Amino acid sequence: MNPKIETKKLNLFYGNFHSLMDISISIPAQSITAIIGPSGCGKSTLLRCFNRMNELIPEVKIEGQILLDGEDIHKPGTNLIRLRRRVGMVFQRPNPFPLSIAENITYGLRVHGTPEGQKPADIVEKSLRGTLLWDEVKDNLNGPALALSAEQQQRLCISRVLAIEPEILLMDEPCSALDPIATDHIEDLMRDLAQKYTIIIVTHNMQQASRVSSYSAFMLMGELIEFGRTSRIFKNPGDTRTESYISGRYG
Amino acid sequence: MKRIPPAVTQAIAVTCLWAFTLVTLAILLFIIVYILIQGLPGISWEFLTQAPESMGRRGGIFPMIVGTFMVAGLAVLIAAPIGIATAIYLTEYTREGKFTFIVRFGADCLAGIPSIIYGLFGFVFFAIALGMGLSVVSGALTLALMILPTIVRTAEEAIRAVPAAYREASYGLGSTRWQMVTRVVLPLALPGICTGVVLSLGRSISETAAVMLTAGSALRMPHSLSDSTRTLALHFYILSREGLSMDKAYATASVLILLILALNLFAYWLMRQVTRRMG
Repeated sequence: MNPKIETKKLNLFYGNFHSLMDISISIPAQSITAIIGPSGCGKSTLLRCFNRMNELIPEVKIEGQILLDGEDIHKPGTNLIRLRRRVGMVFQRPNPFPLSIAENITYGLRVHGTPEGQKPADIVEKSLRGTLLWDEVKDNLNGPALALSAEQQQRLCISRVLAIEPEILLMDEPCSALDPIATDHIEDLMRDLAQKYTIIIVTHNMQQASRVSSYSAFMLMGELIEFGRTSRIFKNPGDTRTESYISGRYG
Repeated sequence: MKRIPPAVTQAIAVTCLWAFTLVTLAILLFIIVYILIQGLPGISWEFLTQAPESMGRRGGIFPMIVGTFMVAGLAVLIAAPIGIATAIYLTEYTREGKFTFIVRFGADCLAGIPSIIYGLFGFVFFAIALGMGLSVVSGALTLALMILPTIVRTAEEAIRAVPAAYREASYGLGSTRWQMVTRVVLPLALPGICTGVVLSLGRSISETAAVMLTAGSALRMPHSLSDSTRTLALHFYILSREGLSMDKAYATASVLILLILALNLFAYWLMRQVTRRMG
């Protein structure tokens, strides 16, 4: 198994609070990995380590290594802009910019520049097709993104990330603001995207983890308790704490 | 003791609140209507477009209108970029700490200083020490200092009101802080920032004490920034104070009131744009 991104003895402190403790995890390429655990266990914090979003918060201290394709992302001289381009993020609440649908997609292109020999209009179409949003919005590309439904907005946010051609997609509870049918659509989309991208999803919802992910990581109070194939974790957990969480005894 | 029924206290409260609100409205309307009744008959095309004669007893107020806009406009042109840049720095580029506290506290203190003190400072510093004399530019620089805190604080509020989710989305897509500020935050905060700027313009236009000491009170048309000029508010003050012509004074006041009213309506309209876009 070739890890796309891995952490080695990763520790994170918010001031004096020890939020992540000695996390070592290797996330395989082109698959879906779910990070599960009760609220406050550090799963979102871990996710935000992968694109260094935690650095926006004051007084965060990070120790240990995170390797993307074997290269330390904290190495001095790392291009943060390139890193966030390679490691895209989809947030809990759909957060399209209050711009038009097309402008949301081209935002990343304006930030990074349009790749040589490609037209923005083509990238808009390709990215929207990637999330099956194209047919719904193709006649209204200049319409306001905020007029879309919550599910469409979330798919637009995914398209917006796809437009900058990332390698990894980080998803922080991407369905928590959506109804079950919309959730179902996004999950289908994730399975589809996993052919090409490495997806890491944080979720509260254990059914969701078991439905979409190939690998699962169970976290509790800042520690990684268990990591492995989802089928194995859910059928035959190796730790009693994992078992009690999965069977709904807490969390 | 017998308890007053809640329905009665409710009725009393509503009546009182309604009455006090009515008092506020009545005072406002009384002042505006009184001045407009006295002043509107004196407003004519000639009044707005001609120069004053005989110290303002006859003729119009055209040079004062021009002077007012020169002084107030220049003040805003100077203060707005500095104020907005300060607000961006305070909100996006630095973390809360002693420094931001001092800047904010300083701005709040500056905002509370009486305008005559600004006038005195402007007179001593710009007019005398820097040799600018009583001029449009001295007046504008003084007013710029006066409105700077308001612009900083309103711009800060407007920038803060932009939801954090947009900032995260922008960072998540790999933008730099500057790209995030210029492409996401500022466009969204712009109506709010403009509201503050427009209100500051209104305050500059209606300011009297500070411009009297710095822009002077020349009646002639200002032809350059180093000419002395008399603003509308100051013209009104001199006309009434020296008993030159109460009719002309009220007419001038009416022009000033209509001007401020129009500016405030514009500011409200801008503010509505903000709430609509972010709602």
